Amino acid sequence: MKPARLAVPALFALAVFMVALPFGLKLHQQDFMISLLVWVLVVSSYRLMALTGEYSLVHVVLMGAGAYSSALLAKLAGFSVWLAMPCGALVAAGLAAVLSFPLFRMSGFYFLIGSFAAGEAIRLSWTYFTVPFGGPKGIKLIPSPELTLPGLGPIAFYEPIPYYYLTLIVVGISLFVLYRLENSRVGLTMNAIHWRAPLAESVGVDTWRYRALAFVIASFFAGLAGALFCHYYGTANPVQFDVAAMVYVLIWVIVGGVSRFSGPIVGVVVLSVLNELFREAEQWRPLIYGCILIAVMLYLPDGLIGLPARIRDWIEARRGVAALPAGAEEPADFSSSKRH
Amino acid sequence: MALLEVRNVTKQFGGLTALNDVSFAVEPGEIRGLIGPNGAGKSTMFKTIAGFYTPTHGDILYDGTNIAGSKAYANAARGVVRTFQETTLFQEMSVSENVLVGCHLRARSGVFSALLGLDRDKRRDAEARTEEVLEFMGLGARRHQLAKELPLGSQRALAIAVALAATPKLLLMDEPFAGMNPEETQHMMELTRKVRGSGVTIILVEHDMRAVMGLCEYITVLNFGSVLAQGTPAEVRSNDRVIEAYLGGA
Repeated sequence: MKPARLAVPALFALAVFMVALPFGLKLHQQDFMISLLVWVLVVSSYRLMALTGEYSLVHVVLMGAGAYSSALLAKLAGFSVWLAMPCGALVAAGLAAVLSFPLFRMSGFYFLIGSFAAGEAIRLSWTYFTVPFGGPKGIKLIPSPELTLPGLGPIAFYEPIPYYYLTLIVVGISLFVLYRLENSRVGLTMNAIHWRAPLAESVGVDTWRYRALAFVIASFFAGLAGALFCHYYGTANPVQFDVAAMVYVLIWVIVGGVSRFSGPIVGVVVLSVLNELFREAEQWRPLIYGCILIAVMLYLPDGLIGLPARIRDWIEARRGVAALPAGAEEPADFSSSKRH
Repeated sequence: MALLEVRNVTKQFGGLTALNDVSFAVEPGEIRGLIGPNGAGKSTMFKTIAGFYTPTHGDILYDGTNIAGSKAYANAARGVVRTFQETTLFQEMSVSENVLVGCHLRARSGVFSALLGLDRDKRRDAEARTEEVLEFMGLGARRHQLAKELPLGSQRALAIAVALAATPKLLLMDEPFAGMNPEETQHMMELTRKVRGSGVTIILVEHDMRAVMGLCEYITVLNFGSVLAQGTPAEVRSNDRVIEAYLGGA
């Protein structure tokens, strides 16, 4: 098949592009790239969660939980940042495991609202408890990682370019893990739960366990993304992880399209880059965003990744109409299923 | 010993008694029909055996173990697998992927072994089982099609294939003949016999009397949540109470 043969060189080209990219960018654009990579990990991990058919509103709060835990461990408990970051991710995963018990008693809309309430409870506890969470102002002066390479001296991770590479490596590995998981038997089972939970249950799938598993793994990577975020920008506060941020994640995921792994990534990259390009037209940004969202909802139900297939269908349909009067090539079996 | 013994099962939903002290036993290798007019409690009985409902009173003994109230996925691991009414399938997945999901129990692997590719033997085993089941059900040629693109007869065959992939000892079939034309019904009856021939005991909930009478050695008739009659198709057909329940009292 053609796409599969192209996948390896395309990925290689993308990797080269991503490695070379920061040198062509201005300082604020390098900053932007770091945050973009972090959000790519957030939306991709969210997709794993969505794979089982449940949409939660707690994802960004769990990202915050990763950020807060990692920051506190590094700042107060004196952990090395290298250890604090995975620990932050584990805290987010642990929180998700605990939340699984009440949340997965619900599904659909109730799950959505339940996850929102759980998320707000966690987030408001950060605002309320000044010790250790710093209250509404959050935590500031979070240390950045330190690494001294033999012969090269210490690496300045507070500078954008080194931190960009760190983020690129961590996000790259995480995406690989998420992709592999989705294409494994575990991913197949999660997808099956999405389509027909009772049928999956009848052939022996413990649907509760798999939903919880997807939630815990997704939250681990959200927590990791949060940790990456806070050790670069140096702050973690409750507003960064509020419901507005969660809504942006949902928009990116839906506009990109959930049906494929690349969908949410395309969504966050396209919308964020557009957002960055319209920096000068600040007051117009929400309008442009809203229009794109509405247009995608109306014309691209599969999201932006459905666009190439749409265009192909459209061209084929035009060609089909042109060819029809000749009638020579038209197959006899014109099954209705092909037209969707 | 009976493979399945339903003992004094009562199921109440609030004030409504859907099943009232139902008892019957199914021998290994049987095709048992479970019939009755609408609202007789067939579906409730069916779901209770499959583990989707917990009985209010009574026991369900499977192979000597009481499985009343145990979850559907746990029952599947014991060998009790159900199919669904209509075309409950993983519609957006291919035929072979549907059956691969059915292989869950034999191919279950942890997250880490899946990530590291250590589950290769299990995946191969699941793929082999999938091929075997697809050939058995006559779906080999359709393996790459999406489930939703299949005609009705093949969708029902696929539903059974998914269940067979889980290697059941007791297969519960929920109205597999509904909405089929005579030709499809005939084909489905052959498939059902073939499944039984492979050593699977079957309980069939069905409205299509021709199929039930043609397939089952023994039939249990439910009416208003109680067992109305039991017997061979000939006995059931000539039972006055059954005739009355179906056609209404004269």
